[in-house]
Amino acid sequence: MGMTLAEKILARASGNREVAPGQLVTCRVDKAMATDITAPLSIEVFRKMGAGRVFDPGACILVNDHFVPARDSVAADFSAAMRAFANAQKIKNYFEVGRSGICHALVAEKRLALPGELFVGADSHTCTIGALGAFATGVGSTDLAGVWALGEIWLKVPETVRVVLTGRLRRYVTAKDVVLHLVGLLGLAGARYKAVEFGGDLLAAMPVNERLTLCNMAAEMGAKTALVPPDNVTEAFFAEKGLAIERSPLPDEGARYSRTEALDASSLGPLVAEPFSPEKVKPVAALRNVKVDQVFIGSCTNGQIEDLRAAAEILRGRKVAGGLRLIVTPATQEVFIKAAAEGVLHDLAEAGAAVTAPSCGACLGGHGGVLGKNETALATTNRNFRGRMGDPTSKVYLSNPYVAAATAVAGTICHPEELE
Amino acid sequence: MRPISGKAWIFGNDVDTDVIIPAKFCATLDAKELGRHAMAGLDEGFAARVIPGDIIVAGDNFGCGSSRETAPLALQGAGIGAVVASSFARIFFRNAINVGLPIAEADGAAANSKEGNVFQIDLGAGVVTNVTTGLSYQATPFPPEIGEIIYAGGLVPYVRKRLAK
Ligand code: SF4
Repeated sequence: MGMTLAEKILARASGNREVAPGQLVTCRVDKAMATDITAPLSIEVFRKMGAGRVFDPGACILVNDHFVPARDSVAADFSAAMRAFANAQKIKNYFEVGRSGICHALVAEKRLALPGELFVGADSHTCTIGALGAFATGVGSTDLAGVWALGEIWLKVPETVRVVLTGRLRRYVTAKDVVLHLVGLLGLAGARYKAVEFGGDLLAAMPVNERLTLCNMAAEMGAKTALVPPDNVTEAFFAEKGLAIERSPLPDEGARYSRTEALDASSLGPLVAEPFSPEKVKPVAALRNVKVDQVFIGSCTNGQIEDLRAAAEILRGRKVAGGLRLIVTPATQEVFIKAAAEGVLHDLAEAGAAVTAPSCGACLGGHGGVLGKNETALATTNRNFRGRMGDPTSKVYLSNPYVAAATAVAGTICHPEELE
Repeated sequence: MRPISGKAWIFGNDVDTDVIIPAKFCATLDAKELGRHAMAGLDEGFAARVIPGDIIVAGDNFGCGSSRETAPLALQGAGIGAVVASSFARIFFRNAINVGLPIAEADGAAANSKEGNVFQIDLGAGVVTNVTTGLSYQATPFPPEIGEIIYAGGLVPYVRKRLAK
């Protein structure tokens, strides 16, 4: 019987020839990731389990990203606990402030996940890493502690939804718009507990950074994981760092999908999700004139160098509107360095952007641009639930970086074409 | 894995975690204390009437809503021996196994049963039987390793046991 990519990876990880949706399997884990806000609890549970050493220090990844540089002394203590654990356990993939970045962007950048691997992370957007052809899924702190102790996790094999993307993206339209459209179409529970496997011609033309964006927001459809089967784009991405990968595993011809969605993306324009749900998606034009207090460009969804370049393209030679703040947070240190070297940071700062150190920052309303009462933001992030970026009365709209930059210039939600 | 048996309490669809253990009682992780308020969102007196080993038999999407780990703990603390439902919310399913509460997905059991019917659950074989009516239902079988997590009392004691070997 044919298997989907998710099923193939779980079959291998669980030592079964075949697995089927619904089956419970115990799997060997290839990589286990935690962050400054999830590692401390996992460390506590790990001790309660009576565990001494992690199953494989080389397979563990610890990332300072959510509340760094330390936003307060509690955050400093959290990082300290993670740092001490990394030292004691000899975990070399520990990423310190100034050499770190948002975990999902960092894992891709450092090629810490390989196609076909089972990657677990104590963060709900771990599915982002499926862009590299791994089965990557978010788990709780107790589960992660169990993985550190035993190197295994039990999983229920998910059904797979196939999404076939065709056509070509128009100017100012990105993977963000494709995935916003899909979240709007399928809804917040549309892929609940399922794997989302992407395919189609459009994908072949999509670089890895866009694939990361695509897989990232599968979390907003409730998905357990999202996957892009490895192809020549994946191969080239690893080759950039001198790594040779196999284009496998791939989904079987006769694989069974619980649902298939086909989307010709040629018809899409830039989209915006309204408060208070990522599924409330509308064309930009329907929301023009919405006044915005703050624009945030960053996050694991759209904080890559390509996103900063897109913003700079719009902002170069222009100014941020009076009465509006623009905050730009590069996803990783490497993105920051590239953006600095290319003059992108200069152009953004010149236009009036506050550029911050790499972090999750304003995305989860933790620091680096928290919203006050009744404020409205437009952000390139993935979630806009009530209070996500600050005060419960604040509002967040979600968009791609072109729309974000154009909005920063206009002061109201704006289609970049209007500035031409 | 030995079969589990007990008397049924019947519930409908979409029993959410706010019903299973209202947030105002969640300021503790003590199962016994939580157990006193199990299902208080639907029936304040429920916990007092449960006899240890009783089984909850419910419809679809049991345990939906917030991901609080206290929901399966509260049921355990009240003396519930297992939960049978047509389907479970994903996080509840995971949390239940990780705290050692036996669960079985058996479609139609709630619809065709009455309060007080005696149920027997064989997790290893994946068979749920209403002994009173004689009807049985196929559930997802638990491989031995996952059954062991339940019988050890959850993931923490299970890992502790494995590491001690
Ligand atoms: S950038 Fe936002 S969504 Fe991404 S990991 Fe950080 S807090 Fe979560």
